[in-house]
Amino acid sequence: MRKVGVIGAGMTLFRRRLQETGKEMCFEAAKMALDSAGLTRADVDMVVDGTAPDAFDGVHMKGEYLLDGCGGYRKPYTRVFTGGGTGVFSTIAGWWHVASGLADVVLVVNEEKMSSCQPHPQSVFGHIWDPILDRPLRPNLVWIFAMEMNRYMHVHGVKKEDIARVAVKNKRNAVGHPCAQLADPNITVDDVLNSEVMAWPVQRLDISPPSDGASAVVLASDDFIRKRRIRDRAWISGVGWCIDSTMWTDRDLFFPEYVARAAKMAYKMAKITEPRRQIDFAEPYDPFDYKELHHLEGLLLAKKGEAPVLTREGVTERDGKLPVCPSGGLMGVGNPIAATMGMKIGELFWQLTGQAGKRQIPHEVRTGVSQAWGDLMQYGCVVVMRS
Amino acid sequence: MRVGIIGVGMTTFRPSTPEYNWKELMFEAASRAYADAGVNPREDIGSFVTCAEDYYEGFGIFDEFVPDQLGAALRPTCTVTGDGLQGLANAFMQIQTGLVDTAVVEAHSKVSDVLTLEGVIEHGLDPIWNKPLGFHPYVVAGLEANTYLRTTHTSEKALSAVVVKNRRNGLRNPIAAYGADVDLEHTEDSEPRFEPLRALDISHPADGAVVLVLASEAAARRLHANPVWIRGVGWSSDSPSLETRDWSGATYARLAAAMAYRLAKIRRPSTEVDLAEVDDRFSYKELQHLEAIGLAKPGDAGRRILRGEYAPEGRLPVNVSGGSLGCGNVFEATGLHRAAEIALQLRGDAGTRQIDGVKAGVAQAWRFVPTATGAVAVLGVGR
Repeated sequence: MRKVGVIGAGMTLFRRRLQETGKEMCFEAAKMALDSAGLTRADVDMVVDGTAPDAFDGVHMKGEYLLDGCGGYRKPYTRVFTGGGTGVFSTIAGWWHVASGLADVVLVVNEEKMSSCQPHPQSVFGHIWDPILDRPLRPNLVWIFAMEMNRYMHVHGVKKEDIARVAVKNKRNAVGHPCAQLADPNITVDDVLNSEVMAWPVQRLDISPPSDGASAVVLASDDFIRKRRIRDRAWISGVGWCIDSTMWTDRDLFFPEYVARAAKMAYKMAKITEPRRQIDFAEPYDPFDYKELHHLEGLLLAKKGEAPVLTREGVTERDGKLPVCPSGGLMGVGNPIAATMGMKIGELFWQLTGQAGKRQIPHEVRTGVSQAWGDLMQYGCVVVMRS
Repeated sequence: MRVGIIGVGMTTFRPSTPEYNWKELMFEAASRAYADAGVNPREDIGSFVTCAEDYYEGFGIFDEFVPDQLGAALRPTCTVTGDGLQGLANAFMQIQTGLVDTAVVEAHSKVSDVLTLEGVIEHGLDPIWNKPLGFHPYVVAGLEANTYLRTTHTSEKALSAVVVKNRRNGLRNPIAAYGADVDLEHTEDSEPRFEPLRALDISHPADGAVVLVLASEAAARRLHANPVWIRGVGWSSDSPSLETRDWSGATYARLAAAMAYRLAKIRRPSTEVDLAEVDDRFSYKELQHLEAIGLAKPGDAGRRILRGEYAPEGRLPVNVSGGSLGCGNVFEATGLHRAAEIALQLRGDAGTRQIDGVKAGVAQAWRFVPTATGAVAVLGVGR
């Protein structure tokens, strides 16, 4: 198995970006990532694209549409799609392109443009349900996440205040992130608790905002990194991915077993036996504040029900013992589904190579884990990276 | 490390399957593939790959609906939004890394559920530059066919010969939906559609599912399988924009084939390949693709088909399965079906359409209009 490193990353501003097409955003992120690695398109052997529902952009075969913006012209180009999990999964696909020996340099570009979906991207999520069993109930995403959040709070006796702390932490962490959409240095727990109720117990400030944006990373083999004497690199030492049954109604929603299995797969590859001790910081997927807690437990970085306690005690703050979402995460930076790769894989790269600027974790970090979650509350993918 | 196909499973292809939903189609193909390979998906398989596009499926996120019917719940599974051969390439790479030693690739079509197929395909056109013009997406194929005929000096009769051969080949394939005893006159007299293409030059949609089980050499030995080796894979894309792509030579197929031949160490494909399954969803595509992947000189494929060289008993049997014209257009399953057909031929399991003594074959597919993306796999037995 060849060693694979991340050698460059880029991401665009996350906003409602009506002036740009998805292709243009892909180009911007891809160019930034290549520039940061000191490479050009000619150095790239293959391209991987990650982007979530075609219906956001209203384009069939969205991967084909974004192809030239991603730099895929006349190159082997593949799009992978695992719902919200795409944010981390496309890097796993990029990893196997290099680790298999078929490519030396792979450019991974993720894009999402949700603003073109009218009146609101939520209408696309009306089409992710089983057409016979679920759709007639006209569910939406906030609705089922309210159920999951409620179940999690009920099983462990978690208070809403403790969940709101995650939103506060991440929105404050996002201050200083050049791409952030919802950073807020002055937000308090009370602000979250007093925000509009969407579907109890989910309130407006518990949710990350839909957004437009793109992000990109460059992966390369150790041979290439050595030959080109590239010094800013972070090694991908573990990858894991797992899908649970489509029948979400058959699962106990309080614990994401699929994340735990993906984490175990990645930890086994990375030879991590005690994740809590061997992992220095984490970028779990946080589209809702409770999801960060849920996923920390799935990643085996907290015992079941322990994540809210760690948050309350400040362990997951940027200067805590286990910094979590130092980027600001989806809650603070924004949630253009697949493009959240910038806060997950990109942030790991920047932190591990000391390039995170104002977001840099004050103590030395050597091992980080990022995770994304997708499909119908059923997909987990995990990447472990080392400096 | 060598990677081989150790299990092949397919449903029959049919114009519609009202008694099955897409999950049941996938389940049938998967069950057949697992039985063929003698594996239990819940224990023996390391990774699962599905090839699907949301708009064809009618879902926001089709990946959600994959695991259960493949035996993939709580296992590593993913969707590649591409042709089945691109899925095959990704499974091949996963095994090459050493992280997993077996993988399953699935692709299917349940296109009979699509009420507005033309509208769906039309949404693949550039939303700013092309879609507002309001043309039928198959116009792209008509324009390309015209360019191909003109630049290679190929006669329209050659296109009809492709149709006759593939529809007749379909009669000998029990899974084919559109096998028929048509002759040149039928084709030439059929209704003009997208000039120079006529009604019979265009493949008809069909439902169906294909599943392949892949294994590393060591895993194949452990599972007592006799693999058909994947000697090489390649995939590539030309420009997605209609205005800037190569309209004559199927560059995507040429680049994909070059990559696959390089991995397979094939220098002269025209002498080293015994049979080919190439994308023929429009009749001219078969000829254009044969030239692009180096199995015919530019401009020669039309003359060779008229001499009968691509017939099952000819010098290079092409689309013995019946191709898409004979079996039906199964969209993202097209390439995987072709790889499955080559695997069956190389194993000697192709029934009455078996070609004797074949050792190496090429499967090639394109992602259909309006794309310029395609993939190639070189399969072989022995050595």
